[in-house]
Amino acid sequence: MWQVKTSSRNALAGIASCVSGVRLSRGLWVLAMLTVSATVCHARGRPSPETPSPSYAFEWTDSQWGRVLLMKDYNTRIVIFGVAVLGGASGLVGSFTLLRKRALMGDALSHASLPGIAIAFIAANWFGGNEKSLPWLLVGATASGLLGVAVILVIRNQTRLKEDAALGIVLSVFFGAGVALLGVIQQMDTGHAAGLEGFIYGKTASMRAADARLIAITSLIVIAGCLVLFKELKLLCFDEGFAGAQGFPVIALDAGLMTMVVLVTIVGLQAVGLVLMIALLVIPAAAARFWTETMWRMMLWAAVLGTGGSIVGGLVSALFPGLPSGAMIVLVCSVFFFVSMMLGTRRGVIIRLIRRMRLNRRIDRQHLLRAMYEQLEKSSGGPDHAGLAERTNRRISVSLGKLLSMRSWSRRRLSRAIERAVEDELLRIQDGACKLTQAGFTEAARLTRQHRLWEMYLIAYADVATANVDRDADKIEHVLAPEVIDQLEDLLDEQGMTIPVPQSPHGPLSPGETLSPGETPGVLGTDADSTPQRDASGGHP
Amino acid sequence: MLNPPERNDDANLPTAARDDGTGAEVPLSVYDLTVAYHRKPVIWDVGFDLPAGQLIGIVGPNGAGKSTLLKAVMDLIPRASGRVRVFGDTYRENRHRVGYVPQRESVDWQFPVSALDVVAMGLYDKIGWCRPVRKRHREQAREALGRVGIGDLADRQISQLSGGQQQRTFLARALVQDADLYLMDEPFAAVDAATERAIVEILRDLKERGKTAAVIHHDLQTVPEYFDYVVLLNMRVVAQGPVSQTFTQDNLQKTYGGRLTLLDEVTEAMRRRESSL
Repeated sequence: MWQVKTSSRNALAGIASCVSGVRLSRGLWVLAMLTVSATVCHARGRPSPETPSPSYAFEWTDSQWGRVLLMKDYNTRIVIFGVAVLGGASGLVGSFTLLRKRALMGDALSHASLPGIAIAFIAANWFGGNEKSLPWLLVGATASGLLGVAVILVIRNQTRLKEDAALGIVLSVFFGAGVALLGVIQQMDTGHAAGLEGFIYGKTASMRAADARLIAITSLIVIAGCLVLFKELKLLCFDEGFAGAQGFPVIALDAGLMTMVVLVTIVGLQAVGLVLMIALLVIPAAAARFWTETMWRMMLWAAVLGTGGSIVGGLVSALFPGLPSGAMIVLVCSVFFFVSMMLGTRRGVIIRLIRRMRLNRRIDRQHLLRAMYEQLEKSSGGPDHAGLAERTNRRISVSLGKLLSMRSWSRRRLSRAIERAVEDELLRIQDGACKLTQAGFTEAARLTRQHRLWEMYLIAYADVATANVDRDADKIEHVLAPEVIDQLEDLLDEQGMTIPVPQSPHGPLSPGETLSPGETPGVLGTDADSTPQRDASGGHP
Repeated sequence: MLNPPERNDDANLPTAARDDGTGAEVPLSVYDLTVAYHRKPVIWDVGFDLPAGQLIGIVGPNGAGKSTLLKAVMDLIPRASGRVRVFGDTYRENRHRVGYVPQRESVDWQFPVSALDVVAMGLYDKIGWCRPVRKRHREQAREALGRVGIGDLADRQISQLSGGQQQRTFLARALVQDADLYLMDEPFAAVDAATERAIVEILRDLKERGKTAAVIHHDLQTVPEYFDYVVLLNMRVVAQGPVSQTFTQDNLQKTYGGRLTLLDEVTEAMRRRESSL
């Protein structure tokens, strides 16, 4: 790609001026530019120095390895380019089908294309045509692939069978028929069915420049389709019903998406093979999902990963004709996938573990502070004298053993929680016992109050919708209505468990400043500008 | 696409759908509507005219065909028979005057879009085919999120919203449609108390601005408080009319049959309402 910038700057400028009328979302635009400029670059041939530098004289450059890696062959070059564009198109289309939860349709389609290829081969042979003509074989593939999809739709809509059963039936029956027909071809006089195996596992080594051009052009059409219909397809995938209610023709959009899947799949047969074509549709999109929560970024990533996987897989297959390109592409893409799954910055396994750990720490801290507060409450003569707690706080310290006995937590976990609280200046350690700091006391009182309110809420309103109440919200006031909280406070009061709300922990408490009885700041003072924090699952970068 | 518009057939229109010269348009009139899945009718010969400028509750037991009714009105599912008129014309003609809030469970909230993206979807029809969402559309969407009280969550991915916030997002998406008739499928289902209040306030605001809202509702106790008019549905329309006349124990018994355990509480709620008037 680094070649692209220097060699085709003029072309880029020209294209930019004529395309700039169509404004697309920024990222997709960049992708479009890269693809288009890559086309231009490759159509002109690889820009190489007019006079080869001496280093090119080394022997290895003339070996097959060197020829392939440096893409000296026009044929290799165009084939790899075709496969690369195919990978990009598959990534884009695959993102839509993945989000539409129709990912396996591509699989059924590609498997169902085999009998069509075989029949097209036999027919061409019968009538004396060129049985290896790619367009003709692909016509056969499309026809039987679409027939397969149609059968799936009929089974799904006209019987009580679900889509997975329909997919399983069609996929295996069509593929079986295709394998049987290939056997028939082997028995035929002409017998040179060897080229057809490339359709099953993919073989870039046997591709010609004309085939690659067909792949590249079709893929570019698909990429353009994805970009132009981005908004409509996004709506279709997210909320079909709403799309229909707004007057978008859902069936036609679905058909459009399916057409793009068909185009990518059919032209990809030769490069990737029908058994593994699904990998190129699913894996890049699935891998991209781990990195982002934005649709156009996901598609950009999917296109990049698909392109990368295809280039590497295609090159390897061109190097070793014995290695099917489909298998290589799948292997490379799966490496991308596992790396994304582990390291993905939004949904990756590691980031989720970290979030879980943070959540656990937060819970530990809440438990610790609540335990401290309850101890203070006890020492100051019970909850009736909660107001005393603050003064008591100055004198009372709680031993580790006492805290340990209050909950079922391990000594190690508790010590860690205490260490972190000390670091954040919520706790002090004095003579081996814990003492709350002023900030710690305020936070502890707030947490305890919140906890008691929630407990009370669950008891008092168990029958009301609680399923989706955001119980992790930092401020209960953001979730429950003020009158509900008032009621809960009353209930707590009856049981003598009420806690006067201390001053905000964010501002220093000026001496002598006390709360008048009955006043509950924070309950009515719903500060509209602060948002409920849900950092446990939150996506703050 | 499923039901060709039948405009020359005025004789079968509900009376109110014809221009009666009063100038007041009927937002939604349904006549003789039957919908069936696999030969089993879900709603049967349903007919009603909704009054303009009111909040209308559509109430009935599970499986009574409430969602089916809304979907059939919007041509989302095929009708076996019947006719629907929205402001006196087919839904197709007047769909830009209708805002829709689907059930929250109907979409995948893991989808990689932000709350703002979802609200902007309400503008897609106005933006038009193949045109991008521009800044002014995003501003409009942001403003609608502000109206439902979650303007500060606009850029959050939708799975990171609580259930109530998700429901508000859907509501904001309908608000940007700037419709005259809103069809809402259980907006109060499983939301927190603050969201419930916010939705009620928005409904009242819509009413003040002369809009009509037809809302599928499950909680019988709040029907007298939230709605002016009620359609009791159980495959057929059991009763319809202003809440004070229609929402009676007798009608509820007919709608819910033996399944109603909340009857006494509803009676109590009605009594409270009357005494407060």
